[in-house]
Amino acid sequence: MNSQQGLALEIAGLVFAWPGEAACLDIAAFSMSAGEKLFLHGPSGSGKTTLLSIIGGVLHASAGRVKVSGVELAALGAHARDRFRADEIGFVFQLFNLIPYLSARDNILLPCRFSAARRRRIADAGTTPADEAQRLAARLDLPPELLDRPAMALSVGQQQRVAAARALIGRPALVIADEPTSALDADRQVRFLDLLMGECAAVGAALLFVSHDRRLTGHFDRVVNLAEMNRAIAEIAA
Amino acid sequence: MMRLFPLTLASLWNRRLTAGLTVVVIALSVSLLLGVERLRSDARASFASTVSGTDLIVGARSGPVQLLLYSVFHIGDATNEISWPAVQRIAARREVAWVVPLSLGDSHRGYRVVGTSADFFKYYRYGDRRALAFAAGDPFGPVFEAVVGAEVAARLGYREGARITLAHGSGEHVAEHGDKPFSVVGVLAPTGTPVDRSVLVSLESIEAIHLDWQGGAPIPGLKIAPEMVRKFDLAPKRVTAVLVGLENRAMVFRLQRAINEDTREPLLAILPGVTLDQLWDVVGIGARVLLAVSALVVAVGLAGLVAVVVASLGERRRELAILRALGAGPRDVFFLVAAESVLLTLAGCVLGVALVQVLVFSMAAWLQANYGLAVSPGWPVGREWMLLGAVMLAGLLASLVPALRAYRQSLADGMMVRM
Ligand SMILES: Nc1ncnc2c1ncn2[C@@H]1O[C@H](COP(=O)(O)OP(=O)(O)O)[C@@H](O)[C@H]1O
Ligand SMILES: [Mg+2]
Repeated sequence: MNSQQGLALEIAGLVFAWPGEAACLDIAAFSMSAGEKLFLHGPSGSGKTTLLSIIGGVLHASAGRVKVSGVELAALGAHARDRFRADEIGFVFQLFNLIPYLSARDNILLPCRFSAARRRRIADAGTTPADEAQRLAARLDLPPELLDRPAMALSVGQQQRVAAARALIGRPALVIADEPTSALDADRQVRFLDLLMGECAAVGAALLFVSHDRRLTGHFDRVVNLAEMNRAIAEIAA
Repeated sequence: MMRLFPLTLASLWNRRLTAGLTVVVIALSVSLLLGVERLRSDARASFASTVSGTDLIVGARSGPVQLLLYSVFHIGDATNEISWPAVQRIAARREVAWVVPLSLGDSHRGYRVVGTSADFFKYYRYGDRRALAFAAGDPFGPVFEAVVGAEVAARLGYREGARITLAHGSGEHVAEHGDKPFSVVGVLAPTGTPVDRSVLVSLESIEAIHLDWQGGAPIPGLKIAPEMVRKFDLAPKRVTAVLVGLENRAMVFRLQRAINEDTREPLLAILPGVTLDQLWDVVGIGARVLLAVSALVVAVGLAGLVAVVVASLGERRRELAILRALGAGPRDVFFLVAAESVLLTLAGCVLGVALVQVLVFSMAAWLQANYGLAVSPGWPVGREWMLLGAVMLAGLLASLVPALRAYRQSLADGMMVRM
């Protein structure tokens, strides 16, 4: 499995600018090894979310290389990039992660609709998507009776854990979490982080965790400040 | 793509109230369109078969539509008549199988009196070559007996044995033939043709009531009692029109030309089917306008669909962004939204067809009874499928509006909606 060897993420010479604006990202080199847990922080507006969209293949850098799990994103067409994102990357956002009218279970199962690779990996592990959803939910402290409720009937903390289960189902190489805890209160933040990290380790996914809350850094293998790494910001600051 | 389809369904179900209302609006407009088309084609068919089985209609020389109007629809008056010898000459031709003379001009309480021969009941055909049927009684005898059409009987409450008097002329200036009453001997079953609004008597009866008349008024001082009329020659002198049936339909154009070119008397022979079609071009305008208006109503329904789906995109931006994060491309989003509109249109069409069935079923008897219109229940046929196809095509085109919008929106939003 390529997530166990080599790099989960490799960025070199990345430059990105929003249309009609000066460069917003300029990163000489940045990488994550497979299974690594990395904490990325930086002030608001430093380009964290923009960087995640580039890694997800939704935005395209004007220069440089972005490899996820050894695959060069620029070499893929738009359709293949979407497929690749479905197969290899799981996202958890700050809020509104779920399709409100689908049940928690159907939300967890959504990536299996988009990704044959995730379905295949679940089958290879000798289980079914439904069982895997149930197992992940249990691991993330979601009681089974909750799974049939519509997502909008869940508390914010429960919604974030459903989103984590959805990101993890079918063993993607990389889980990207963009301020997933900022809507949670303090004890729940730590609890959520523990669950997320535990499951990332269990499925072998690298975790790119974005937050401006540096109290959480202690749990991670590595901490990176985007403001320092991003030469576009550093220049403005200078 | 097919894996996304359940999402379309779930999303629609989530907005089932607006989606349902949209479907109802489309269904109503589609049922209006199909209903009008059904009525139009059935009205046309029933109009086109007001007379069937008659190969030629012959009258004094005038316009074809005018001849058809007064001889078959009893609208307007003949400016001229045919002499009886001319009728006999036509009847005597080898290719002619039968002739049914018609003598118009009298009326009974607003209904036209048709003087004819008993052959009328034998040869007159309407609709799908259906013969006239008696609801009660029998054909009229030689004099002072009348057969009434279904509507006359129903409106005036006539049954066998009723005594009626005819009036000279029609419209406002009528003079009663009060001295020579008729008895109703038969009532016809409804046909949906002008026969329903006719009082049928023999040609001899027409002659008899006019024995002591001249130029549209009684001859002063001359009174011929009803029991005396048999002593007179009651053979008709002139008739208004003649229905002609041929031994062999292939001869119809030759006979038509022969009659039209007859130098002894200026006559006009028309093919009823051809002239009915010409007439429909005029009277059918109303139906065509109605159809066009219904098509506009469908367009309005589809515009409503576009408005509803486009409006929903605003509240679904997050939903579509989530799908992008999960691996949906802008194209998937496009198809998701397009499928939604197409599905609503399809549901509207299906419901519309069902609605038309219910309407036609529940109203067929009433339409037949009140308008003599035979509306056929049943699955859509020919042109109705074309109309449904056109509605679906329009729905498909309409679906492009929200779908393109969603496509562009999801390209701009990516995985994150900046609010
Ligand atoms: N869709 C967009 N169009 C134009 N500019 C954008 C868009 N999204 C973000 N930006 C700009 O890019 C910069 C970085 O934003 P973002 O990546 O959201 O930062 P962070 O997540 O670190 O707060 C900001 O200056 C922001 O205004
Ligand atoms: Mg951000």
